[in-house]
Amino acid sequence: MGHLIKTFNGGILQLGELTILAWETIRSIVRLRPNGADFLYQLYFIGVKSQSVVLITGAFTGMVLAAQAYFQFHKVKMDTGTLALVSVSMCSELGPVLTALMVAGRVGASMAAELGTMRVTEQIDALRTLATHPVDYLVVPRVLATVVALPLLTGEAILIGICSSYAVGVGLMKIDGAYALKNLLYYSSAETVFQGLIKATIFGGIISIIGCYKGLNCREGAEGVGRATTEAVVMISISILITNFFLTLFLSRVLAP
Amino acid sequence: MIEVINLRKNFGDHKVLDAVSFSIEKGRSVVIIGRSGCGKSVLLKHVIGLMVPDSGEVRIGGELLTGKTERELLRIRRRFGMLFQSAALFDSLTVEDNISFLLRREKQLTPGQIQKRVDEVLEVVELQGTHKKKPAELSGGMKKRVGLARAIVYQPEILLYDEPTTGLDPVVSDSIDQLIIRVTQQLHVTTVVVTHDIRSMRRVGQSIIMLSNGRVYADGSPDTIFSSTDPTIYRFVNGISDSKEKNF
Repeated sequence: MGHLIKTFNGGILQLGELTILAWETIRSIVRLRPNGADFLYQLYFIGVKSQSVVLITGAFTGMVLAAQAYFQFHKVKMDTGTLALVSVSMCSELGPVLTALMVAGRVGASMAAELGTMRVTEQIDALRTLATHPVDYLVVPRVLATVVALPLLTGEAILIGICSSYAVGVGLMKIDGAYALKNLLYYSSAETVFQGLIKATIFGGIISIIGCYKGLNCREGAEGVGRATTEAVVMISISILITNFFLTLFLSRVLAP
Repeated sequence: MIEVINLRKNFGDHKVLDAVSFSIEKGRSVVIIGRSGCGKSVLLKHVIGLMVPDSGEVRIGGELLTGKTERELLRIRRRFGMLFQSAALFDSLTVEDNISFLLRREKQLTPGQIQKRVDEVLEVVELQGTHKKKPAELSGGMKKRVGLARAIVYQPEILLYDEPTTGLDPVVSDSIDQLIIRVTQQLHVTTVVVTHDIRSMRRVGQSIIMLSNGRVYADGSPDTIFSSTDPTIYRFVNGISDSKEKNF
């Protein structure tokens, strides 16, 4: 019982500290002009360097979804609905969630490890002695870059997912391409795409804030950095999955045509 | 002037600082000594506001540090330069970028003026021509020199050194000591050095503060400290262990 209370209190404390960090980041973005060079470097690292992993994820998710959908639809003679199902799933759920989870593994872990190492080697203290707030220099460029990069990466994942599903459905399973595309366009709306991009933007904020928080609050030594990295990835992944459920409920109502 | 008044700090049940009080006049060079783990570095981090005390206050030139927010402290910290025990250079930046870090962020000087300042301080620390090197390419002594260059480039009023000669060979330690003395004289700064290097404390400090069990155990000139017959001070400055002590 005592352990449960301690864990609960720890969770509440972390949530409070995360909120303070997020608030401090928003204040810093609004009050101070973020450094363009730092932002561009992070955008390159988070956006450009994550492309291969995101494209591979998007392509194979689209392909496997097309194959599975075809196998089921074929039983009820609804083969041409395959691409529509892939498109709606990729746009609103799988695109943003899988992209965010892949970026969490690459970028969230990297942020926690980099900032954690800076903390244990006193580089963050050195930054503070140089009259520089760690949030301004370390957190703001990372948060801005992730929030900008993730919708773009998600867009890429959706596009490549649909294209690869077309290749599997039409090329491999011999579905009628014209009808499949007609159904795809009929069932996919701008709102569906918009829902995915809004989710991706929010997931970008979650990944970067939690990654930075775990790094900035890392404990001493190599073990501390390792633990911070693991905790960051686990916390980000769980947060994305939980947030996604509530966002789906909320955005489906708000963006309903 | 640096004033530390009744400073207390605990880490869990461990009492690190217990009502520590002292003051350092402007322009003075003071060495803080004490056994490993006695709270010297913790004290130094309180002086610059990197740590928040459980109680007590720190005043810099009459201005209270305690209770200020991180953003308010940034302005006050501009008056300090600090050399860390590990040098704490930003490993993703070159020597030049490390040294000019604050000047570039403040954007008050032109790139040419910043370059001139960097060249000047690299000459002071005798590391000309290392502009483009990364910290990983430097030796321990060189890292400390770059750390010092970074601390003095924006001409602070107070310089803090956290164990500047730890981990260095005697020759490099000597050169760092000489550098500290030269910088103190040239820039007329208030200097606080935390060390347990006996030779260093004798040469660098105009006065010595000794910490023991989280308290100021002794405060006096180097001559007073080194000629003291008090067993704790005597054993420390002469490097004599006491097998009866629990930490032996």
